Amino acid sequence: MKVKVLYFASLREQLGRGSEEVELPVGASTLGALRALLIGRGGNWQTALAADKPVRMAVNQDMVPRGAGQELAIKGGDEIAFFPPVTGG
Amino acid sequence: MKISVQLEDFDAGREMAAVRAGNPKVGGVASFVGVVRDVNDGAGVATMTLEHYPGMTEKALKGIVEEAQARWEVIDCTVIHRYGILAPTDQIVLVVVASSHRGDAFAACQFIMDYLKTQAPFWKKEVTPKGARWVEAKDSDDKAVDRWK
Repeated sequence: MKVKVLYFASLREQLGRGSEEVELPVGASTLGALRALLIGRGGNWQTALAADKPVRMAVNQDMVPRGAGQELAIKGGDEIAFFPPVTGG
Repeated sequence: MKISVQLEDFDAGREMAAVRAGNPKVGGVASFVGVVRDVNDGAGVATMTLEHYPGMTEKALKGIVEEAQARWEVIDCTVIHRYGILAPTDQIVLVVVASSHRGDAFAACQFIMDYLKTQAPFWKKEVTPKGARWVEAKDSDDKAVDRWK
């Protein structure tokens, strides 16, 4: 299945792109699986998205609670975003 | 309810008048205006760029206001947040809450700001004499939200 993946702020700069379509292999259907696939690209991907980095995520424009999401199910066509902790206001 | 994510500046006085216009049930209006400072974390700030996640930003702000409406008596509410390039003394954000009584108006206004700080997808990048840097999230902002749980 294919999902739309967005990157914002410092992550967008580190990864050199703001959005892309990602094809997930059969059986990979959680947010954790998507993140692992991106980390598997190595280099900046491995550094920026590592498990110990304070990366926040949103699925279909809903914020995933801090520390959660590893097992969250995603489906084809979903819009998934990765970004650093927010600093508005 | 009015939610706006915009490049343009806003007129706080006009927004405060609008939330109570012609409504005799309103007993008080509380508001907060966030402004760009010229110093942050020990460095001078020349300009700041605010990036956001179009679509999710509006959805997140609407959700925060709805949560405030569920907890307090909110007759009307306006949230305006700017994005783009801003300079010290520029206004960034406005929250206005109209209620029958001051307690609900103050509490809802503070709640909305605290949640906005940790839940609304905005990111600040500052230009300082040492170069550009992304502002890091503060633990104190997470603690400010935790007290409402």
